[in-house]
Amino acid sequence: MTLASTRVKVATANEAAAEAVKDVDVDVVAIYPITPQTTVVEKIAEFVANGDLDAELIYVESEHSAMSALIGASACGARAFTSTSSQGLIYMHEVLHIASGMRLPLVMCVAMRALSAPISIWNDHSDLMSVRDSGWVIYVASSAQEVYDTTVMAYRLAEDPEVLLPVMVAYDGFIASHTAEPFEPAGRERALELSPKRRTWSRLDPDSPITMGTITSPEYYYEFKYQQVVAMEKALEKARELERAAQRVLGRSYGLIETYKIEDADVALLVMGSYWDNARLAVDEARRRGTRAGALRLRLYRPFPLEELERALRGVSVLGVVDRAISYGARPSGPIALEIAASIGRRLDLSLVSIVAGLGQRTVTVEDLTELAVSLENARGARDAHLVTRFYGVRGL
Amino acid sequence: MKVPESVRDIPREELFVGGHGLCAGCVAGTIARHLVKMAGPNTIVVSSTSCVEVSTAFYPYTSWRVPWIHVAFENAAAVASGIESALKVLARKGAIDPSRRINVVVYAGDGGTFDIGLQALSGMLERGHKVTYVVYDNEAYMNTGIQRSGATPPMAWTSTTPVGSKVRGKEGRKKDIVAIALAHGIPYAATANPAYPLDMDAKFVRGLSAPGPSLVHVLMPCTTGWRFEPRIGIKLARLAVETGMWINYEVVEGRLRVTTKVPKRKPVEEYLRLQGRFSHLTPEEIREIQNTVDREVDRINALAGEIAIGPVAR
Ligand SMILES: Cc1ncc(C[n+]2csc(CCOP(=O)(O)OP(=O)(O)O)c2C)c(N)n1
Ligand code: SF4
Repeated sequence: MTLASTRVKVATANEAAAEAVKDVDVDVVAIYPITPQTTVVEKIAEFVANGDLDAELIYVESEHSAMSALIGASACGARAFTSTSSQGLIYMHEVLHIASGMRLPLVMCVAMRALSAPISIWNDHSDLMSVRDSGWVIYVASSAQEVYDTTVMAYRLAEDPEVLLPVMVAYDGFIASHTAEPFEPAGRERALELSPKRRTWSRLDPDSPITMGTITSPEYYYEFKYQQVVAMEKALEKARELERAAQRVLGRSYGLIETYKIEDADVALLVMGSYWDNARLAVDEARRRGTRAGALRLRLYRPFPLEELERALRGVSVLGVVDRAISYGARPSGPIALEIAASIGRRLDLSLVSIVAGLGQRTVTVEDLTELAVSLENARGARDAHLVTRFYGVRGL
Repeated sequence: MKVPESVRDIPREELFVGGHGLCAGCVAGTIARHLVKMAGPNTIVVSSTSCVEVSTAFYPYTSWRVPWIHVAFENAAAVASGIESALKVLARKGAIDPSRRINVVVYAGDGGTFDIGLQALSGMLERGHKVTYVVYDNEAYMNTGIQRSGATPPMAWTSTTPVGSKVRGKEGRKKDIVAIALAHGIPYAATANPAYPLDMDAKFVRGLSAPGPSLVHVLMPCTTGWRFEPRIGIKLARLAVETGMWINYEVVEGRLRVTTKVPKRKPVEEYLRLQGRFSHLTPEEIREIQNTVDREVDRINALAGEIAIGPVAR
């Protein structure tokens, strides 16, 4: 498929997110500033001011109200959107669970940022990791293009009548949110072709009144929650189909995990988000230094694409998982390492190395990732390597 | 929507129905029933977490024959903001009938309004969403077992302001939620009382037809938390007005009008003595409350520009 090159723009991930919101004809947007997300909603306000998007903007007084207002809007059948970061995401935490429990197909972008205290406006994944169990589908994108595409795709997945779950599209604060790169918006026609507006969920309608957000007893609660489990399983299946649909309509797709030189790799680094480009360069460098390295990127984090991961890791003997958040007191202390250790425990021949790096946007270079990849060789055959987390780059060790 | 002039003008249709789990004698159901009668079937109701929420929407049952939603304790006003915005844009885009007017109503407790919900309420009022916010004020957090709220009157017993040798119940005053709402420059705010249903219903209608956000603050006697016999809820509500403990008034575009005039007031003691939550009060403490009420009556009379509430007649 050839793409009209005149459509290529230069934009940050934040601008790409806003562009997607415009193209899928979102109806209601809640706006609350927090760095580094703010330019998403500023851009949307600009689209509305110029008549490029017909949406109601709600200038909420907090992130808690942002998510609450979106729940109300979505409950009426509107396509709703907001974006946030860090403390804003954590401030929403209560309502995130309610949005997923009520099965409302909201979409939210998260420009990931470190958590207080101390205050850091810089990037890591602590905010996202703190809400990973709130019942949302979570994508972690690695480029402006992917942020655009995934935000468009998110509505189709969220509104699928067999799914009906809210979706987060996360990407790295500053590293992605404020770095301009070329990207190609699909335009409204193709965006709406991929994610047509179909109001597939239960709504507040005076013509057929329903009661939403009830209280329930031990008699029913568990079944409600179990249905969310089933919906997540469905979402995994649908997310695979969605990649094919995106390929067809947008001419691009990513897969639920991306791999680089993994086919013959002996050791591999797993990263999320914008470390992907550097991880691939590091693989090339490590190979030059004699280590048969490969790399993987987790693009869909919830539901967890275990089958794809296992398939990719078939020949790998050491996996290094780079986490940009800490699960304090856990062994391993990297949240993703922790769950991979649990989920691929049956691979007795695979050593897992937990690495924490880049907290509060401490610089991690290609050189650092190369060193990490090469050092994985030392863990070959070590069954309990994962019990110790390597806090890479912290001073005073 | 018409302001009712007699009980015959109150629609017979029941949009809030029985079978709920509110306590026997709970007046919250009475107020809700009147509210949705006035608003009619073209209405979406938002509730905060509260006695009303847990008692009227107990899955798989519901007492609501209009679309109803509860999200959390503190965010009813934010949820209503989203609903009102969605209705606007969906009508504009032709996704719902643009000629149809749908009322957006919040029905929330005092805790969910005066305290934890104040921020969301303020945001909603400031942004000017066309939402009618009705707070039923039972003067404590009842759903969690009678803890004090910012609406609890001075010296009332609650489970977190117990009466002992050092502390005599709730300390400090009751927040003035109507004044807070009015500070946002909204077109309509009122206080109401279920012992005066026509007055209360008229205020619901005026709130619903106001050209912007409106707030109606309704006194709600709570048999369980105030500790009185279930059958005297309405009698107590009336006594609150007759003693000046509660003044029925409304403020339209900044002008205050007392809607239930009381030429001769009863002493506050008559109201206080019927409630277990005040049973510890000494004559001096009752006098103190009487003085506070006298001052409040003077303040409201001054704002109304007339002696709408008269002196205490013994
Ligand atoms: C964030 C949060 N904090 C606390 C609670 C617990 N809670 C539920 S209802 C309630 C009190 C409600 O009081 P009020 O609004 O006065 O209504 P009432 O129960 O008196 O009708 C509290 C404290 C909660 N649901 N959410
Ligand atoms: S505790 Fe009070 S407010 Fe709650 S249901 Fe009982 S009487 Fe009504």
